[in-house]
Amino acid sequence: MESIFLFLDENLLLIYLLIFTIILGFELISNVPTILHTPLMSGANAISGVVIIGAILLIRNADPTDYLTLSLGALGVVLGMINVVGGFAVTNRMLKMFNKKKK
Amino acid sequence: MLITTVNITYLLGAVAFAIGLRQMSTPATARKGNLLATIGMSVAILATLFLPIEGADNNYIWIMGAMILGGIIGYISAIKIEMTAMPQMVSVFNGLGGACAVVLAYTELSHVSIGRIAASQAQLLILLLTLLIGAVAFTGSMLAYGKLQGLVDDRKVTLPSHNLINVVILAFLLGLATFIFLSGTQPGLVWISTLLAVSLLYGLSFVAPIGGADMPVVISLLNAFTGLSAAAAGLIYDNNIMMVGGILVGSAGIILTVVMCRAMNRSLANVLIGGFGENNKKKKEKGEKQVAKEITCADLAVQLYYSSTVMVVPGYGLAVAQAQKVVKRMDNLLSANGVDVTYAIHPVAGRMPGHMNVLLAEADVPYPKLLDMEDANEAMANTDMVIVIGANDVVNPAAYDDPASPVYGMPVINVWEAKNVVVLKRSMNPGYAGIQNQLFFHHKTRMLFGDAKNTLEELNDEIKTLEG
Repeated sequence: MESIFLFLDENLLLIYLLIFTIILGFELISNVPTILHTPLMSGANAISGVVIIGAILLIRNADPTDYLTLSLGALGVVLGMINVVGGFAVTNRMLKMFNKKKK
Repeated sequence: MLITTVNITYLLGAVAFAIGLRQMSTPATARKGNLLATIGMSVAILATLFLPIEGADNNYIWIMGAMILGGIIGYISAIKIEMTAMPQMVSVFNGLGGACAVVLAYTELSHVSIGRIAASQAQLLILLLTLLIGAVAFTGSMLAYGKLQGLVDDRKVTLPSHNLINVVILAFLLGLATFIFLSGTQPGLVWISTLLAVSLLYGLSFVAPIGGADMPVVISLLNAFTGLSAAAAGLIYDNNIMMVGGILVGSAGIILTVVMCRAMNRSLANVLIGGFGENNKKKKEKGEKQVAKEITCADLAVQLYYSSTVMVVPGYGLAVAQAQKVVKRMDNLLSANGVDVTYAIHPVAGRMPGHMNVLLAEADVPYPKLLDMEDANEAMANTDMVIVIGANDVVNPAAYDDPASPVYGMPVINVWEAKNVVVLKRSMNPGYAGIQNQLFFHHKTRMLFGDAKNTLEELNDEIKTLEG
């Protein structure tokens, strides 16, 4: 338990970041028109693929002979990459249709 | 020098995420916002490749290979997927993001368990949370995909007192995580694997009793979960953009979930534990047998041809039948003969809010023809003919007059106020919410059974013969 208090004390700035980012997220999304709910969800989903960075770091830090870690890391990168690339591409496809109808 | 560049790039990437999300919530700038977020992600990934790590072996070959493979799979699935299956696709992408977090947390935890790396108590807690949340997001999203794709039947995966079972699994899960957390900073791999297995199971069990019609809300919530697990993983790697990006998606996802629930006039708790199925089954059996009146394509064609205003109310059936382009052709035929055709879009018609707008936009239906629910209800009394295509719960009069109905109080499109109503439907089976619809037995209503696309094509042929 003590180590948790220590962690909180040492990372006060981090906790500020956490809380203000949460508030920012709430503020960014309020007042979204219904037609944008699906593309927005899809776009946010693509951003959550940022977890891929962790997988890249995992591989970079791995021992070149540690094939288990390398394979798991590579699996993580593949999964994250599908999330990121697929997510942004699908969002773009949805939004492209909204542009078309304005013409 | 390099480290500063990387840090500044991360900062810019995080700002791009925030501004991108902001722009994505306004129609005029939405596409720009998505592009901005894409650029933010690309530079963040690039910066991670160049981030100096002392004594690291880098293994770039592995990274590049995996990135190319994942990129190709992701791009092709995003391009190939039918517009109608978009919601499922988002769910799959989201699940894979969760799976990525699971792989990370599990690998790091296994390293901790054999003592290869040391973790503080706080780091251990964060790793356990990443594993747990990511696993729930993964299996939950996959089941949501299965339900939307029609691979999984709601009733078959729901056990008696399923909500109670969920509480028990969740309690066990949290107890197990607490036990691992308290049992020192070098937990056994067996315990970690058990935690993973139970988390995966809970994800399935959590989504199982929730009706297919509520999947958009669930996907949005699971999306927030994936964001949170990414943020937690960011804490482990001490990586700011993972933290900021993850938390942004987490909080934005939760608020979006709440907004969606509000559009259905229900609370999140009601969606999650409401479980449509059970009590309705009893009611349906109790009700006396009613007969719906049918209409033929030829008759409907004549009625449409001589109407002056026609309103189309699309639902998920339109998406399933891929009928949006046929509808547009009917619209063209009728419009050419002086019929005023509009479309009434219920906020939650289809499987996701905005689903119908996307589909109709794909078929080149002009924007001014789409009416939102309020405008549609105002125009209803002056509408000669309403065609309901594969919609059910969003046109259910029980929302007004049956307090026992699960849709009671939900805003619906009052199609029965129009002069005539025709419902295109595959069969008399109740809608996704699993409840019967009195509209089908209303004196103004006629039913036209069959696959929406075939029916509409037949209808178009009939209209053409009238033009002579």
